[in-house]
Amino acid sequence: MPDFLSAEILARAQFAFTVSFHIVFPAFSIGLASYLAVLEALWLKTGDEAYLTTFRYWLKIFAVAFGMGVVSGIVMSYQFGTNWSVYADKTGPVLGPLLGYEVLSAFFLEAGFLGIMLFGLERVGKKLHFMATLMVAVGTLFSAFWILSVNSWMQTPAGYGINEAGQFIVEDWWEVVFNPSFPYRLVHMTLAAYLTTAFVVGGVGAWHLLKDRSNRPARIMFSMAMWMALIVAPIQVIAGDMHGLNTLEHQPAKVAAMEGHWETGSRVPLLLFAVPDNEAETNHFEIGVPALASIILKHDPDGVIRGLKDWPKEDRPPVFIVFWSFRIMVAIGFLMVGIGLWSLIARARGRLYESPLLNKAAVLMAPSGFIAVLAGWVVTEVGRQPYTVYGLLRTADSLSPVEAPAVATSLAIFAVVYFIVFGTGVVYILRQMAERPGAPEHAPEGPTRAAAYTTDYVKLAEGGRHD
Amino acid sequence: MIDLPLLWALLIAASILIYVILDGFDLGIGILFPFLETDEDRDTAMNSVAPVWDGNETWLVLGGGGLFATFPLAYSVLMPALYVPVLLMLLGLIFRGVAFEFRWKSRGHRKAWDHSFTIGSMVAAFCQGIALGAFVQGIEVDGRAYAGGWWDWLTPFSLLTGLALVIGYALLGATWLVMKTEGRLGLKAVRYARVTMIGTVMFIALISLATLSLDPRFMEIWTAWPAILYVAPVPFAVALLAFYLWRSLGRAMDHRPFLATIGLFVLSFVGLGISLFPYVVPLNITIWDAAAPDKSLGFLMVGTAFLLPLILGYTGYAYWVFRGKMKPGEGYH
Repeated sequence: MPDFLSAEILARAQFAFTVSFHIVFPAFSIGLASYLAVLEALWLKTGDEAYLTTFRYWLKIFAVAFGMGVVSGIVMSYQFGTNWSVYADKTGPVLGPLLGYEVLSAFFLEAGFLGIMLFGLERVGKKLHFMATLMVAVGTLFSAFWILSVNSWMQTPAGYGINEAGQFIVEDWWEVVFNPSFPYRLVHMTLAAYLTTAFVVGGVGAWHLLKDRSNRPARIMFSMAMWMALIVAPIQVIAGDMHGLNTLEHQPAKVAAMEGHWETGSRVPLLLFAVPDNEAETNHFEIGVPALASIILKHDPDGVIRGLKDWPKEDRPPVFIVFWSFRIMVAIGFLMVGIGLWSLIARARGRLYESPLLNKAAVLMAPSGFIAVLAGWVVTEVGRQPYTVYGLLRTADSLSPVEAPAVATSLAIFAVVYFIVFGTGVVYILRQMAERPGAPEHAPEGPTRAAAYTTDYVKLAEGGRHD
Repeated sequence: MIDLPLLWALLIAASILIYVILDGFDLGIGILFPFLETDEDRDTAMNSVAPVWDGNETWLVLGGGGLFATFPLAYSVLMPALYVPVLLMLLGLIFRGVAFEFRWKSRGHRKAWDHSFTIGSMVAAFCQGIALGAFVQGIEVDGRAYAGGWWDWLTPFSLLTGLALVIGYALLGATWLVMKTEGRLGLKAVRYARVTMIGTVMFIALISLATLSLDPRFMEIWTAWPAILYVAPVPFAVALLAFYLWRSLGRAMDHRPFLATIGLFVLSFVGLGISLFPYVVPLNITIWDAAAPDKSLGFLMVGTAFLLPLILGYTGYAYWVFRGKMKPGEGYH
């Protein structure tokens, strides 16, 4: 059987495929849950029903995205066992409890209050409903905390020992949870989720502004999103830089791959373009800025950075993918900063809502956060190859006793099902986004239902006015 | 010194039981979906579980995640052994889970998502039953890994348990509807509850007898003197509860049939526990062999002791918020 059809490659492909599909939804719902909490708080505080309209608009989208996040996430929690059982056996004592805490502190919190958040406003009243929204938002953040702790431990293991059965065991829980790369990864990913959502919200707001500049909810969306871009995008650049320096300290081979850097030395150029070649151990068609990588990574033009050739070939990550994913992520980050600055100028001129060019740019940038998140994860996950637990457990040694045909079949089924199910879901979300905010409800089939919704909606709107 | 592996085994078993009961009734709604005949009744049935299904399914994640955390060896042996049913179950859960939102948004493809809801629910229930059967009939182990083949799970016994769970979940769904609805839909639910109750009780009896013949160990546990004094009440209690369920179905449309059905599930689960204890991979690996080190078990226990009551509290609150009979057309869509 050819190499690319080995059980290992197929299992890796399956994990990459399912986790990539999955991460898109939490990245969106972490940000959106917080956004919804802010909108509801603004509604409660000001009584301005435009906030409620905006809240309800995004709540419907949240429900669909969250549902897809849940079902694609359940797959992840079982895939550790089905395809990576040796990994599961060895890391279970360390990582299992962290995942256990994610379920107990985050998943239940989200799921327990989601029902009230979606359906319960009339039943529990405004205050308790806001509590429920807040709990869902907090739940998404707890979830990010634990799962990123798990991932970070695999990247920078700490506080562990190894027992006679070959399992990782815990020496110090504090060191395990707050392992060296965790704080950086947590900040970087949470900001990424917020930015991703901000650009989706901003893009949708801009889309509707292009059609009708006077649409209040659209103005709210766009304005809030542009503030996020202005403030959070630059913070993210700094956080990303710090995360990179942390990676240089703990996973220098990953950084070497990110920079396409082969020979250890000083005055390392920052490559803007290159075609890294694993076999030839060099880059083709290099274009770079002299010494800039040394300046960024060591804050000194003469700083020495280890090159990939410092590691034996079998210990290096694939360079091309890491190199280019990194560039895509960084480029999007700077584009986001640019949009933020542009919006500041437009705002200062009083033309935030009347600048079609800015609005169009925001529409184009709407999906950019997703691309950046995926690219960023590719950098960190491909960049830590060939290990599942960095430096300690090789990917090849983590696999279940699976046979290639079983993995191939399930991979094919997952691919077909995910494209159908999640593709459809994305279409529904896009359709929802195309609806004008504040427009009368698009009547679904079934007259009772539409009527029930309308009265409900009017009641809520009136309730808002009385306050 | 507390026996942490034993405590965790009980906790994981409890969370699996809670999962089976809670997701059981909403999967049951999916199984009964095509038999509800009118769109209005389907809407009402689905809306009756829409606010809670998410939380119900989280217990499955706790079952899987908890097993990984506390009995990593069992997790890493069981998952490859149950590869096919687990994957099919996950796919089933995907198709039914997204249907909750998709069917309101589909504009003209609603029927397709109704089917997706039903078939997904049936496949998930059937595969869970198969996984249970495959688990009970024993799993081949060599060293620290699964040693059997990819189709070992497929036996007449596991197919029997698969069917049983589909019918059992339908009973849970039907009695849930008896509790949550009234009028035409409620009466329909009573009818389906009767049919599925007969099926469920028959399957419980069949599987119990079949289990006895699987391994001499099971026969010994259930028939040896004087242990029989302790275990004999289980089948008697099943019979009594079934009788009570049947009678309550003919009377008020309230919570009693649903609680009686939960009782049947609890008793069956206890019976299973009696047969399998102390194995976490029958009949090869005990809970003490598979347990993670005490340091891991203790670390998770500290938080669990605090979080689990909290979870039960707010989950209970969410159920209480949505208590009472469904009004037609209620829901946010």
